[in-house]
Amino acid sequence: MGRLLSWPVAFGRFWYRFIVGDDWTVAAAVAVGLAGTAVLAARGVQAWWLVPVIVVAVLGVSLRRA
Amino acid sequence: MATIVLGVGATRGWRSTLVGAGAGFLVLAVVVAVFGLALNAIPISALRLVVGALLLVFGLQWFRKGVRRVAARGLAGIQVTREDEAVEWTGEGLDWTAFVLAFKGVVLEGLEVAFIVVSFGASANQLGVAAIGGVGALVVIGVTGVALQSLVTRIPRSLLQLVVGILLTTFGSFWAVEGLGVEWPAGDGAILGLLALYLLTALVYTAVERRRAFGFSPGR
Repeated sequence: MGRLLSWPVAFGRFWYRFIVGDDWTVAAAVAVGLAGTAVLAARGVQAWWLVPVIVVAVLGVSLRRA
Repeated sequence: MATIVLGVGATRGWRSTLVGAGAGFLVLAVVVAVFGLALNAIPISALRLVVGALLLVFGLQWFRKGVRRVAARGLAGIQVTREDEAVEWTGEGLDWTAFVLAFKGVVLEGLEVAFIVVSFGASANQLGVAAIGGVGALVVIGVTGVALQSLVTRIPRSLLQLVVGILLTTFGSFWAVEGLGVEWPAGDGAILGLLALYLLTALVYTAVERRRAFGFSPGR
C-alpha cells in the first residue's frame, strides 16, 4: 500500500520541482500577479503592466534571499 | 543533453549510449504527441493563460539561476573533470550504465525542450511548426556536437540558461496576460518591450549579484 501511494507522490514531487523549483514564492508571486490582473481586468482596467512589475520585483527578492 | 550523450559515448562506448539516447527520444516523441493532442482540445485563451503562467514560472527559474551563474562564473563553459569520467565498458551485451545515463540525460533535459516546444506551439496555435523547429534544432545541435566535440564543452551554459530564461519569461508574461483578455499596448510588439525590460533587469541583477559576491571592488 505504501509503495502504491509513494509513486504518485514521487510523480507529483518531480513535476513540482520541474515547474516550481526551489523557491515557491516566485510561483506564488506570479499567481498573485495574474489574479490581480484578472480582478483589474474585470473592473475595466487594462493592467498589462502588473505582471512585468511583479516579475522584476520577485526576481530581485528571490536573488537577494538565495 | 548533447554534452551528456557525447561524454558518456566517448567514455563508455557508443552502442549502448546511442540505444539509450534513442529510447529517450522515443519517450520524448510520445510525450510531445500526447500533450500536443490534449492541448489542441482546449480553448485558446484558457490555453494561453495556463501555458503562459507555467512558462513564466518555469522561465523565472532559469532566469534566476542564469543571473546567479553568470554573476558567479562569468562565461565559463561546461567543466568536465577527469574524476567525473566513467570507465569504458568492455563486457558483452548492453552497457546498462551508458544506457541509463544517456536515457536519463535525453529524457530529463529533453523534457524541458519538449515542454517549451509544446507550450510555444500550442499558444501560437502552430504545434506542427513548433515540433518541426524543435526537431530541427535537435538535429543541428546533435550534428554540431559530434563534429565539434571539444568546442561543445566550452559553450557558456550559464549565459545560454540566462538567455533562454529571459525568452521564456517574456513569452510567458505576454501569453498569460493575453489569456486573461487584457490587451497589450502595440499588440505583438509588446513582446519586444518585455524582452528589453527583462534584458535590462538581467544586466542590473547580474551586476548587483557580482557586487554581492565579490564586494565593491571585483579586482581586489
